[in-house]
Amino acid sequence: MDAVIENLPTYWRGFSMTLLLLGVSGISALVIGTIIAAMRISPVASLRAFATVYTELVRNTPLTLVLLFCAIILPYLGSRLEYQVAAMIGLSVYTSPFVAEALRSGINGVPVGQAEAARSVGLGFGQTVGMIVLPQAFRMTIPPLINVFIALTKNTSVAGGFFVFELFAAGRELANANGDAVIAILLGVATLYLVITVPLGVIAGQLERKWVVQR
Amino acid sequence: MSGPSVLFDVPGPKARRTSLISSIVAGLLILAGLGWIALTLAAPRQSGGITLPGFFDPTRWNIFADPQVWSFIVFQGVVGTLSAALTASVFALILGVVLSLLRSSETAWIRVPIAVVLEFVRGMPVLLMMLFILLVLNTGAFWAVVAALSLYNGALIGEALRAGLASLPRGQREAGLSLGMRPLQSKMLVEFPQAFRQMLPIIVAQLVVLLKDTSLGFIVGYTELLRVDMNNLGSFYGNRYLFSLFVITLALYLTMNLSLSWFARWLSKRTASKSSGKRLDPTDPGQAMLEAAAAARQSAAP
Repeated sequence: MDAVIENLPTYWRGFSMTLLLLGVSGISALVIGTIIAAMRISPVASLRAFATVYTELVRNTPLTLVLLFCAIILPYLGSRLEYQVAAMIGLSVYTSPFVAEALRSGINGVPVGQAEAARSVGLGFGQTVGMIVLPQAFRMTIPPLINVFIALTKNTSVAGGFFVFELFAAGRELANANGDAVIAILLGVATLYLVITVPLGVIAGQLERKWVVQR
Repeated sequence: MSGPSVLFDVPGPKARRTSLISSIVAGLLILAGLGWIALTLAAPRQSGGITLPGFFDPTRWNIFADPQVWSFIVFQGVVGTLSAALTASVFALILGVVLSLLRSSETAWIRVPIAVVLEFVRGMPVLLMMLFILLVLNTGAFWAVVAALSLYNGALIGEALRAGLASLPRGQREAGLSLGMRPLQSKMLVEFPQAFRQMLPIIVAQLVVLLKDTSLGFIVGYTELLRVDMNNLGSFYGNRYLFSLFVITLALYLTMNLSLSWFARWLSKRTASKSSGKRLDPTDPGQAMLEAAAAARQSAAP
């Protein structure tokens, strides 16, 4: 326990880097994922095909491989990125297909009857999408999106294996430095991860419960 | 929302032509982008006054003509990855069955602590668990990888099975009990087989995740495909082969994962046509789990 309290600054340094990774890659994954989801439902066939292949390939590549590419192969190919930025890029790319799928499943979850009803009372395309479909799709995508972010939080730990000093790397360093208090130190790291993931999980479960009953 | 045809009128000849033209233009742009990447990689590069060959030059790929390299990749790397994944998936399945039974137990003394432990395991990164087992229990890299993967995926499979159990119609259990079965008998003989079959696509999809996660062994020092290719072969043959080795590794991983994913999808189609239940999307276990849990809650509410 003393080892944990003594090393609180190191914990904090790691934790803030984890939060930074989570924030930046979360937002950029949201942006890329939205673009991919839009391509996936667009009437242009070649964009649709590209988005499908992208989703399938990225989703079946292990995250370790993606981050290894960003941290080791990219500098070898001549990039001058810092390791943190490389890790952020890797995490965003890896997370984006999951975001796209969550968005797509939300839109697919709106019953066709809703759109048919809107069309049959004379609403146009913009009105149907903007007033009927998207408001319903939005709340169906929030719980899956939160789940994606929980997974992203846990995935940031992989960046710790590729030269980024975040929570996992901090834990590993502290465990090596304090061989007599490994259990306490690693439990401290676990607690900090749970501080992020458990509240998010509770929110997702509650929203899911609330909104599923209303349908 | 099946197809955009509901949202707007059927496109006329003009709209169809516009969409065809934009499809061709976008396709050409994508191809041009890919071509640019390929050309950049293929171009010879300058480094410190020396001209190095491009990345598709035969001198960067000649090690793959040696059958010894391939046997090393397959017998050390692929076998290492697959043996960890297979061992872990067997343990994860057993653990999942046990945890789902304990989690849906009638006794609060068993149910509540298991729920807390499950929540704890699901909220933690697998990598941290691997490190914990490696440092604290001192098991060696293989068992650290296997134990962490079994624990994490066992918790998720257990949760999926529990959702499957909970979403069964209540009549199944009542019928079992009315025939004179004990609660555990009815659970094992009547309810469990149905829940397992319904959740099979999710379980297989979770096993794809498990296979992908074996690559985390790279970080804790287990010799699997990634470590064999990038560390062992990479340092043996030198940096000039790093890119080629990466491409081969990626191709091998994609082959393994895609075939397992397609199997999961095929399985889900097959089971869907037999049972009348709602088809769960097997490509994203997290997503499918949410739906299953919601269905379970809905059927639990009177």
